[in-house]
Amino acid sequence: MKISDFNQTVSIDQVGIEERVARLNSRSIKKESKVQALKLALSMVDLTTLAGMDTPGKVIQLCQKAKEPYAGLPQLPTVAAVCVYPNMVSVAEKALRGTDINIASVATAFPSGMSTLEAKLEETKKVVEDGADEVDMVISRGEFLKGNYSYVYDEIAAVKEACGDAHLKVILETGELQTYENVRKASDIAMHAGADFIKTSTGKVKPAATQPVTLVMLEAIRDYFYDTGRMVGMKPAGGIRKAKQAIQYLVIVKETLGTDWLTPDYFRFGASSLANDLLMQIVKQKTGVYQSADYFSND
Amino acid sequence: MSDRIEVLKTYKTYVGGNFPRTESGRYYKVYDKDDNVLANACQCSRKDLRDAVVAAGDAQPGWNDRTAYNRGQILYRIAEMLETRKAQFIEELETIGYSNEEAEEEVNTSIDRLIYYAGWSDKYQQVFGTINPVASSHFNFSMPEPMGIVNIWAPEERPLLGLVSVMAPVIVGGNSCIILASEKYPLSAVSFAEVLNSSDVPGGVVNILTGYRDELLEHMTTHMDVNAFFYTDTTVDEEARKQIDENATLNLKRVIRKPIEDWLADDSQSPYFITDFQEIKTTWHPVGL
Repeated sequence: MKISDFNQTVSIDQVGIEERVARLNSRSIKKESKVQALKLALSMVDLTTLAGMDTPGKVIQLCQKAKEPYAGLPQLPTVAAVCVYPNMVSVAEKALRGTDINIASVATAFPSGMSTLEAKLEETKKVVEDGADEVDMVISRGEFLKGNYSYVYDEIAAVKEACGDAHLKVILETGELQTYENVRKASDIAMHAGADFIKTSTGKVKPAATQPVTLVMLEAIRDYFYDTGRMVGMKPAGGIRKAKQAIQYLVIVKETLGTDWLTPDYFRFGASSLANDLLMQIVKQKTGVYQSADYFSND
Repeated sequence: MSDRIEVLKTYKTYVGGNFPRTESGRYYKVYDKDDNVLANACQCSRKDLRDAVVAAGDAQPGWNDRTAYNRGQILYRIAEMLETRKAQFIEELETIGYSNEEAEEEVNTSIDRLIYYAGWSDKYQQVFGTINPVASSHFNFSMPEPMGIVNIWAPEERPLLGLVSVMAPVIVGGNSCIILASEKYPLSAVSFAEVLNSSDVPGGVVNILTGYRDELLEHMTTHMDVNAFFYTDTTVDEEARKQIDENATLNLKRVIRKPIEDWLADDSQSPYFITDFQEIKTTWHPVGL
């Protein structure tokens, strides 16, 4: 396998990317296809709680919501995973035992990534040992922006090794990367270093996930697939709150990578409030009545 | 300059402090007293209603958090703004068949009605709140609090006075509302939105849509995020009234129906119109001794 020279820059047509996103957003998805899209989106949600004030109680509540999103519609799909901080992994593991729902943990000094490599590897091993099926790591943006690409590459490769069988999602924190070219470059580095998923943001930096950034990353995944034959997943995270946005993302994925990627194995939404909006829209489609957040649980 | 082409106003809707066109792209014709076309009004769809409810929901907590006194000031400000645009409203009412005197009376009464409810803004709580004697060491009191989001059908007749009379008691109590303007005479309602927009009323507290009642009835009465439905027309038939009542049971919406014939009369304004859109909250506050 040939590894690209990361000092070369793949130039991105900013206007072209933004226009393509705008054009794809004008697709109208209605009726049965909308219901199907809403359910698919729900099955792709990584239900997330990443706050300093998280408690075991809150994580258990969230796991309950993951198992049964809405009591009124028991046949709904469950979400793909629950995403928590490292010290909550064992709580989530206990709450989700016996289900298909994965446990994702952020690691490597999330969200800043400003720690030593040893500490990051230790943290990664610990969360996997505690039961995490997926590890969401952050890249060292400072090193990346300095141009120290081999550092970033080696770090991701080392964390991947520490993950063992667990899936590795690499958070690029695109809000700090400044240009689409950098997003593309960071995506290429992450995939070549062994990422199973690439993820836009931590949710702690604005702007978080945007559709143009997602399209740039999806095109990187496509080109990497053509080069190597390996499918890498995509996870936009942060700021996706509405069902309508979620459906727009699905359209972008479908048109860039095709239906093979339209499964929770290769596409995820990192979100907390999105699940409720999806549920409200599903109930609206079923009953014909506009819903109120008053009747849907927060966690 | 006699060959100048007059610039006509586009009558749009008022949602969240903006003046969007209906998302549906549909319009219906509004006629003057001689059956000439006056303008095109938006024929709003359920999606316009959906957006308006979101705007109303976003605005309501902030509006309720303001002091009662401040809400009174803002209602007074609406009256001031209406006063300075009196001529415009008189002219608009004349095109649909009002005489000059009748039009002036309607506008003046509308202004006075706003002042009336502005005055009540920090008083109805004192009149309708109670301190209740209880048999334990608690200080027990009950206070009216706003219900939340209210959907309103403005009266078919009296396009300005009717609208003001149903809006003022709802918002003075800290609710936000979505008003479906008179179907036949929607233009004064849209012009009144311009008054609201220049008088410190936060965007989203009052939202004004135009369109057909039959079409919007279902979603205005079923929407789970709406807490009350208010209408006054005596012409609403039994079938529609039944449907309103049944739909409202979905989330126990309060349905307020006030059949009012004469909006100029003194009994078409009352502090009880405010309390219709309030819930009573009782607090038990422990006290020593």
